[in-house]
This record gives sequence, structure tokens and C-alpha cells, in this order.
Amino acid sequence: MSGQDFTTEGGHGAVPLQGVPAAKPGHGSEREWPLYEVFVRGKRGLNHVHVGSLHAADDEMALRHARDVYTRRNEGVSVWVVQARHVAASSPDEKDPMFAPSGDKVYRHPTFYSIPDDVPHM
Amino acid sequence: MTTSDTATDAQLSALEARFEDTIARSERIEPRDWMPEGYRKTLVRQIAQHAHSEIIGMQPEGNWITRAPSLRRKAILLAKVQDEAGHGLYLYSAAETLGVSRGELTEMLIEGRQKYSSIFNYPTLSYADVGTIGWLVDGAAICNQVPLCRTSYGPYGRAMIRVCKEESFHQRQGYELLMTMMQGTEEQRAMVQESVNRFWWPALMMFGPPDEDSPNTAQSMAWGIKRNTNDDLRQRFVDMSVPQAEALGVTFPDPDLKWNAERGHHDFGEPDWDEFMQVVKGNGPCNAQRIAHRRTAHEDGAWVREAALAFADRQREAARA
Ligand SMILES: [Fe+2]
Ligand SMILES: [Fe+2]
Repeated sequence: MSGQDFTTEGGHGAVPLQGVPAAKPGHGSEREWPLYEVFVRGKRGLNHVHVGSLHAADDEMALRHARDVYTRRNEGVSVWVVQARHVAASSPDEKDPMFAPSGDKVYRHPTFYSIPDDVPHM
Repeated sequence: MTTSDTATDAQLSALEARFEDTIARSERIEPRDWMPEGYRKTLVRQIAQHAHSEIIGMQPEGNWITRAPSLRRKAILLAKVQDEAGHGLYLYSAAETLGVSRGELTEMLIEGRQKYSSIFNYPTLSYADVGTIGWLVDGAAICNQVPLCRTSYGPYGRAMIRVCKEESFHQRQGYELLMTMMQGTEEQRAMVQESVNRFWWPALMMFGPPDEDSPNTAQSMAWGIKRNTNDDLRQRFVDMSVPQAEALGVTFPDPDLKWNAERGHHDFGEPDWDEFMQVVKGNGPCNAQRIAHRRTAHEDGAWVREAALAFADRQREAARA
């Protein structure tokens, strides 16, 4: 029929997965607003959690956009935004050597210590 | 380039094995993980075009905002259309974690190089269409999107979880709108039936061509990007919709639609796949209008984007001085 594959998971409907470019040389023609990462505190007592990103010209606009994009239904009581380029990150890869040293320090966990069952409140 | 920059064959197959292993354990792939180029490109196409669908999807319903029959209906419709903008933004944000930029995706949309769901190339001729879209089009979107919450790419799945929470409002407001019209006059009931007649087949086409005509499905399912086949999801949607139509008091325009006790599912007719292909190729009733509108909005906004950047630059210089 088509020779072209349409995945159903275009979300609101099938879209072609073939014959469609996945990038544009030079990433497009405009200088873009910087990318910000957005963190929302869901309610008092919880940490701010990363919810996604957005583009804004400056910090103030980023906060306004974050409010409209990520908290339309009481999802938060406080928002942080930070330019994505200011986030320093480890590689999240599980085999990252950065997290290897904690693997052999089992004595850091309470289960490492055996205490007789009849000792109360331990 | 030194050898340390280029992965050797052995390094590459180790990376590949780790990727396959993560998928096999049903764990998520995250943005900075190594991933096969085909996986990355498939995701970009899927997520970007999903985002485009949300953004273009604002137009058919937006058409009725100024003519909604009451302040209540207008407020609801505004909120619904604003949600669709939000869905587009969550998804562009997810796509950007794969190394593309929002600007280039927008340009590929208005140049017609990337597509969006064909359902939005049909016109909204009557106010009842607002209800029908909420019920059937958002309903079909829910069937597609719920399994995507478990998709293998972390940012996409997380965006889908946010989207799915909001879709339930979209479907219910649409169904309630139609219920209200069905309790009205004879003309209003006829409007609802006429609207359902126009949208039923395009809604079924949202699930994509039959499985035997979808050669990439197997690869997408192996990668955990896709969770169910086109035909499975379409069947689920038909089975869900039939009792909803009965409760509403409307029928679907398909003489072959009937319960099959043996299968435990409804049998139904074949959508017109030639029409579907024509609409995808750009020959649907509203393709040109939708893209022209999006292009105008983008181009008319260019000076605002530039001015905001210039203002931010100047503020930064002033702070430094
Ligand atoms: Fe949506
Ligand atoms: Fe929706």
C-alpha cells in the first residue's frame, strides 16, 4: 500500500517514520532563546524536582513560562529555573566509575551489622 | 582524530550490548546514555511529529473559541487549547534532549518536511465538532499515549505521563458537551450525529495503517519505543467507543460494526487508506491552511523573539558595567 511506515505513536495520530528528516543542517536559521531547565517543588516538605525544560530570553521570562507550561493545575508551590549550560552533570550511565566506589562500602548500610533479635528498638 | 576519540569495534559492541541489556531489563534510556543512531533518529521523528501534532491540533478547536455559546464553554475550550500548547512544549523539550533544537523542528514543520497527525487536516464545520474532537480524537490519543508512558526513552515517557493526566479532562469535557447537545433540540441532536459521522473514520485512521503495512513496527517494539501494534490499539479504541456512543444516543457510520462474541471484540469496516495517504501527502481539506497559519504565527513573532534577546543582552551588559 504505502511502503512508508506510520507509527501509531505520533501521539495524537499516526505519523511517518520514513522519508522524514530528523535534523536540519546548522540547527535552523535563528539565534534561539537559551534553554532553561525547570525544577518544581510539588508541595511544602518536598524537594524541587526536575520537570523538563523551556526556552526563554532571560531568567524572569523563564520563570513566567515555567509557571504556564509546568504548573497549570497546582503542580507546584515554587519553581527554580537555571540555564541548561550552567548544569554540571556526571554521566548517568550505570557503569560510571564515579559511582563505583560506593559499591564496595557495604559497611555504610545498616543491614551490614547483625544485632541479636531480642535487642529492642534497633 | 586520535584513536581515543573513535570507538573501536569492540568498544562499540560493548556499548550496544549495554544498551540492549538496559532495554531488556525494561529500564529507561536517558539522554546522555549511548544509543544506536537509528534509535535516536526514530525517536526524534516520533517525538518531534508528536509535538507538531499537539501544536497544529490547537487550530481546529481554536476556530471555535470566539464563538463558544457561553462563557463556561469558552473558558473550558481556552483551557483545553492551552493544554495542547503545553503538550507540544513538553514534547519539544523531550526531543531537545536528543540533540535537536526547538527552532530547527519548527522550521521543518512549516517547511512541510516533518508531518503531524492527519486528523488535524479535517475542518471543524460545526460547534459540535469541539465535543466530537474531545470525545473521539482525544480518546484515540489517550489509547495511543497511555502505553507510551512506559516507552523506553525516559524523557518521552515522563512527558507522556504529564500529557495523559490532562487528556482525561479533554475527553470528558467533549463527551459532556455532546451529552448536553443530545438533551437539546432535534437540530442539536442532528448536529452531533453529523459531526460524529465526519470524524469516526479519520479517528480510526489515527492509529495508522494495518500492521502488515507497517514495516517498522517490529523494530520500534524491539526498542521499546512502541508498546502495542496499530491494529491492537484500534481494536481497543473501537471496543471502548461503542458503549459510549450507545450511552450518548449516536451511531457510527459503519454497517460492518458489530459485536463478535467469538473474538470478544467488535468487528468493524476498513478505513479508506487511500484517503489517509492523500491527507498525509498534503492533499487533505486543510493541510495548506494549517501550515500557512503556523508559518504566519512564527514569522510574525520573529521580531518579538529578536527584541527579547536584544533586551536580555542589554540587561546583561548593564549589569556588568
Ligand atoms: Fe494533547
Ligand atoms: Fe488533548
